[in-house]
Amino acid sequence: MEEFWYWMEVFVSGTLQGVMYSLVALGFVLIYKSSGVFNFAQGSMCLFGALGFVILLEAEYNFWFALLLTVGMMIVLAIAVDWVVLRPLTARPPITLFMATVGLAFFLEGLAQLVWGTQPHGLDIGISDLPFEGLPISISRFELFAAGISLVMIGVLVVFFHKTRVGRALRAVADDHEAALSVGISLRMVWGVTWAIAGIVALVAGIMWGTRLGVQYSLSLIVLKALAVLILGGFNSISGAIIAGVIVGAFEKLLDVGISVATDYQFGGTESFSAYLLALVVLLFKPYGLFGDEIIERV
Amino acid sequence: MNAENNGRGAEPLLQVENISLSFGGLKALDSVSLEVRKGEVLGIIGPNGAGKTSMLNVINGVYHPQEGRILFEGKDRTTMRPHEVAASGVARTFQNVGLFKAMTTLDNLLAGRNLFMKKNILLQAIYFGPAQREEIRQREKVEEIIDFLEIQNLRRLPVGALPYGLQKRVELGRALAQEPKLLLLDEPMAGMNMEEKQDMCRFIIDTNEQLGTTIALIEHDMAVVMDICDRIIVLDHGAKIAEGSPDEVRNNPEVIRAYLGDE
Amino acid sequence: MIYRQTGLFVTSYAKDMRMFPIPQDRWGIAFVLFVAYVIIPVFASEYWISTIFTVVLIYSLAAIGLNLLTGYCGQLSLGQAGFMAVGAYAAFNFAVRLPGLPVVVNFLLGGVCAALVGLLFGLPSLRIKGFYLAVATLAAQFTIEWVIVSFNWFAAGNMMGAIDTPRMVILGWHVESVTDKYLLTLSVVVVLAFAAKNLVRGEIGRSWMAIRDLDVAAEMIGIRLFPQKLLAFMVSAFYAGVAGALLAFCYLGSLEITSFELLVSFRILGMIIVGGLGTITGSFLGAAFIILLPILISNVAAQFASTQVTQFTANAEVMLFGALIIGFLILEPLGLARLWRSLKDKLRLWPFPY
Repeated sequence: MEEFWYWMEVFVSGTLQGVMYSLVALGFVLIYKSSGVFNFAQGSMCLFGALGFVILLEAEYNFWFALLLTVGMMIVLAIAVDWVVLRPLTARPPITLFMATVGLAFFLEGLAQLVWGTQPHGLDIGISDLPFEGLPISISRFELFAAGISLVMIGVLVVFFHKTRVGRALRAVADDHEAALSVGISLRMVWGVTWAIAGIVALVAGIMWGTRLGVQYSLSLIVLKALAVLILGGFNSISGAIIAGVIVGAFEKLLDVGISVATDYQFGGTESFSAYLLALVVLLFKPYGLFGDEIIERV
Repeated sequence: MNAENNGRGAEPLLQVENISLSFGGLKALDSVSLEVRKGEVLGIIGPNGAGKTSMLNVINGVYHPQEGRILFEGKDRTTMRPHEVAASGVARTFQNVGLFKAMTTLDNLLAGRNLFMKKNILLQAIYFGPAQREEIRQREKVEEIIDFLEIQNLRRLPVGALPYGLQKRVELGRALAQEPKLLLLDEPMAGMNMEEKQDMCRFIIDTNEQLGTTIALIEHDMAVVMDICDRIIVLDHGAKIAEGSPDEVRNNPEVIRAYLGDE
Repeated sequence: MIYRQTGLFVTSYAKDMRMFPIPQDRWGIAFVLFVAYVIIPVFASEYWISTIFTVVLIYSLAAIGLNLLTGYCGQLSLGQAGFMAVGAYAAFNFAVRLPGLPVVVNFLLGGVCAALVGLLFGLPSLRIKGFYLAVATLAAQFTIEWVIVSFNWFAAGNMMGAIDTPRMVILGWHVESVTDKYLLTLSVVVVLAFAAKNLVRGEIGRSWMAIRDLDVAAEMIGIRLFPQKLLAFMVSAFYAGVAGALLAFCYLGSLEITSFELLVSFRILGMIIVGGLGTITGSFLGAAFIILLPILISNVAAQFASTQVTQFTANAEVMLFGALIIGFLILEPLGLARLWRSLKDKLRLWPFPY
């Protein structure tokens, strides 16, 4: 029985971490759906936002004021990216845009650390990482809180997409660029808005992960894990990103602990790559991910 | 039917029997049968969305039909992959030009010779002896096509930069480089001006008469179709509604209804 | 003689299809080789030979490999450094476990091992392409790193950290000095670069470019997509593997997994973007540019020396690297090689450009 609870604990903690992956992946899906751009810089945007936020906090600004300022900063960033990178590259092949966002990722990392320095910052948003008392398994308060925040963010976005005018315009564009244009939706406006929203999602994800791991360079590496989540879930499915995030989180924790225990702690650290292999295997059977739309090629 | 027209095209080269193809619930082709006879120029016409391009894609092996079968030279090849279809002697051009845009005209045509080239990576890496002789042999073949299509001045230009009409011509050249038994042309004159159309017609007729290539083409310009085709097949809403000589098709009430509506 | 094509009449296809049809180009290559083999070893300082020329050559080779896959065949890979690691560790193991083989043979065997691993990770290209495939190559990068670190066997029983590479001998030539290592690297790179150039102008290269430009049409002219893509993966990984072995043996003199981390893969991707996708020359130009840039920056910064400066330049370098990638993609997608070509094209037709 004790063993069962042990594995249960591993599973739950993996799942909660998985929800945080979903939050990062969500930023990708938003941009991919509306503009077909695979934004590799999503992780750097997390770092950029979190670093800005933590610096303001350390300068003794009020929490909410600091949050507001960084949200503003992310919006400005989104507009700048739209102007400087996306517009000149309109109508180029998707792979070119992808490579441009790789460049953007480096640029943002360099910029963030140039301005705010490279030393890691601790970030405390007032939620303790202690486990709850009186449960058979220990669940960290913070992990639960972070997962909760992620779910709220996702809920807000779903409402936004379905209930507001701008949200509907975004969905229309995602479905069919040209048709959306023909009914008078401005693509530029839509892309700007999407990038801004993705920036805010990145900021929240950055704060969550930053609280967990400290705000530092390695934050931008989480993006890579989100990539696995993304291909598992399919590029254009929000619910896919969430479910795949949970699957990846649980899978990599269970596998890692499983291998460690089975090999008497000879081998470990499979978390560094297991998510990708899982994604790869799934892709062999479902080339568009678990929930992605199949693309029928027209000739 | 009227294969005796030109005294050719008696023997079938390609037989398509009761082909049905659907995407999801959408039926693109509904039990269509047709045959392309050796040596003829067959026109496939029909309004937009009639299933003409789908028909070519089925013949090419891009889509595999849910029902029916395809015989080429009497052999069943319903489930062949596109590259196998190419190897069996079918070449194709595309509605929106399917050239390799960043490559030169010469390289595009040489790529069309792919099927005839021996493959040995080590020899190619050294580019010596057999590999070099092979390249030169294929180049000579390609030069014949360049002369035939009068595109000598385009050899070294990347095709993406050529005007549309010339791209279509180069694409025809790439298809000819495959020395196909059956040539499928998907709207070879689309977007061309009068003069370019005349040139293209000349090349199609020359290909048919001088090289003896069997041709099936989709085209919207009725004057052209009536002029150069021996036989015509009319598709509408995924089904074949008429077949016959240009004159027969022109006067067929079904065809007139499909094009002009029910009134 | 002025550099130009006018007045140059070829009399056979063999001559027309030469690698460098214009005589001045052939002289140019001969001159570059002369400089590389004679002038540099004689006149350059040890620092320049080792830290700059050798390194640039090695990364050029890795970049050529990636360019074959990404620039020519159109399959984006983010795992090039992983394949370099395979080559380096395989070459090391061959050297330690089968002593007596000429070191060049070790390098090639390292390349072959990398090619086999490349084949394995190229398999998903049967069903997926584009970004999906790029993520598959990311799996290659991380899996390779983990396997090498986790299994002590690959380090031939050595503990973690840097392992010294064994001495290099080829048929009695002891490759020891910096210049020796440079010359060995140069020879390997020159041979493989010419081989790559030959590949891309022949049947294989055309098939790859056809797949890159329009895979549907490529299949319909009889190109078998899957085998050709796998071949591209293998050849690309082979080049990476040899480059990795060269890096370990001829530059670092040691073996450590951190020399082959993900960042290196991105640097190589940056090199082919800046140098020019789909050109062999561009691979050299891009590698030189990306490697010289930080050296240039830190030298400039050293003029204003202070302790804060290193921190500053390191980040400025990352920023500039990113900005360069974006800038080249926007302004000159075909990279430095294209700028060089345009210059030559102008010369070729000068003074009558029409």
